[in-house]
Amino acid sequence: MSAGARRGPRRRVAGYWPQYLAISPYYLIFSVFMLFPVLYTVFLAFQKWDGIGDMHFVGFQQFRFLWDDPVFWLSVRNTLVIWVLSTVPMLFMALVLAVLVNSTKRLTAFYRVALFIPSITSLVAIAIFFGAIFSNNFGLINAILRALHLSAVPWMSNEWTIKLVISALMTWQWTGYNAIIYLAGLQAIPSELYEAARMDGAGPVRIFRSITIPLLRPIILFTVVISTVTGLQSFTEPQVLFGSEAATNPNSGGPGQAGLTTLLYFYHQAFDNNDFGYGAAIVWAFFLLILLIVGINWRLVQRKERRS
Amino acid sequence: MTGVVISVFPFYWIVVMATNTSQDIYRYPPKLWFGDHLLTNIQHLFDKMAFFSSLSNTVIVAVCTTVLVLFFDSLAAFAFAKYDFPGKKFLFGVLLSMYILPTQLAIIPQYEIMVQLGWLGTLKALVVPAAANAFGIFWMRQYTSTSVPDELLDAARIEGAGFFRLYWHVVLPCVRPALAFLGIYTFIAAWNDYILPLVMLVNPDRLTLQVALAQLYAGHSTDYSMVMAGVLLSVIPLVLVFTFFARGFIADATKGALR
Repeated sequence: MSAGARRGPRRRVAGYWPQYLAISPYYLIFSVFMLFPVLYTVFLAFQKWDGIGDMHFVGFQQFRFLWDDPVFWLSVRNTLVIWVLSTVPMLFMALVLAVLVNSTKRLTAFYRVALFIPSITSLVAIAIFFGAIFSNNFGLINAILRALHLSAVPWMSNEWTIKLVISALMTWQWTGYNAIIYLAGLQAIPSELYEAARMDGAGPVRIFRSITIPLLRPIILFTVVISTVTGLQSFTEPQVLFGSEAATNPNSGGPGQAGLTTLLYFYHQAFDNNDFGYGAAIVWAFFLLILLIVGINWRLVQRKERRS
Repeated sequence: MTGVVISVFPFYWIVVMATNTSQDIYRYPPKLWFGDHLLTNIQHLFDKMAFFSSLSNTVIVAVCTTVLVLFFDSLAAFAFAKYDFPGKKFLFGVLLSMYILPTQLAIIPQYEIMVQLGWLGTLKALVVPAAANAFGIFWMRQYTSTSVPDELLDAARIEGAGFFRLYWHVVLPCVRPALAFLGIYTFIAAWNDYILPLVMLVNPDRLTLQVALAQLYAGHSTDYSMVMAGVLLSVIPLVLVFTFFARGFIADATKGALR
């Protein structure tokens, strides 16, 4: 031990200088660019500041304003609706896909790559793609609808279809990733369990409900928490799809502000309106909301586990 | 099979749009097969945006971030995995608990810090904050503690090697598989990042690909063929990198999730 050799009360800490040196880059950068900013954001939430002039301490005034701000609550509602519309079908389809891929023996390596690729593709590229195929006049989806003699849908201007498009985008990006996580979990279940159940005369549905689901529960919990945290933070999708309206139009987030998620609202307040204090209040309120929802989710899934 | 088709279809359709004229796409019924207008679309794209400058900005950010993360994280992971030192438990606990803080909480003061440092609008504003990666240290520590044999470290110590020589000559060769995953993971995340470049790159001719593409889409939303040519060119490098390393990468990504 090169470090321990020079033991002595005063050199105890100094003798470990290589170790401290090795971990210092992380803690240095982290303190300057993350820890200090996060603490400073708490301080900012109580100030009125446009980024250039003087700060004015306003106490809880911004949180009171936030509580009465209809646009903030609209953005929270939008975020929650988009999250539910994407997460529920995403995790359900992922489970079905994983069971299907698990039951085939051929081409599994190819399936994995094909399912994983959406999750590494940039959100900006996907958002532009969805914007193109759901375009009201020229989009592929409406062309198909017309070919089937159905009427075209104004996807990008209706309050609900805007949310559907954003949710579909998130579902497309993350279904395959979750399917691969489930697949890894499925392959860890010993096949003797299935054989024993089949000997006892259990059908495929019964096996799925009594063996597959309970054994996958910890993995399902993981995917629920991850999807909640990422799903609630939707920002890029509405920013790319409805960003052009934001600069000139008070209806930022698309027609009727239907795509205005809380993070997009935060971005507009902080960096378009230069209201840094209010931006800080929004982002802190939002973080507490995420913690609350993740906590509720956690308890729900845990309780189900206890019951079964 | 349907799942695979749905996963891959957008890439097919991006190529279809990028190789046809906008008129062909807008025509009813639309063209469903590749056309021969890719080069004209790319030409239009280059006229509308400084593509190569955005591409090189993106490459610089992604490569620098990856190199810094690999170096800092493997070094810190070695100290955490193989040494005891005062405060180690506390410091590692801080690292783990800070992992859950969302980056958006920090972004307003980060912007202000970059203004003060004079880094606003430069690529440093993207690379330096991204170099602190808690996940990477956690990941590398797990791997280092199991895959670097203590006997090997002891043997090298007897020959007089110190901390940094052990790191360079013993640890680095042992942890290469874990570095490969962390490297691709960091590269992909840096390549695709959007909110930080959007906030920090205030100079319109010094953007990354993602921000430049988003602006192109917002500004000229009617010429989809041109925009899709840009999307195609921005996605291809990443898909190539990914498919080259896909095997180990997917296995490691799931391992991280199942832990």
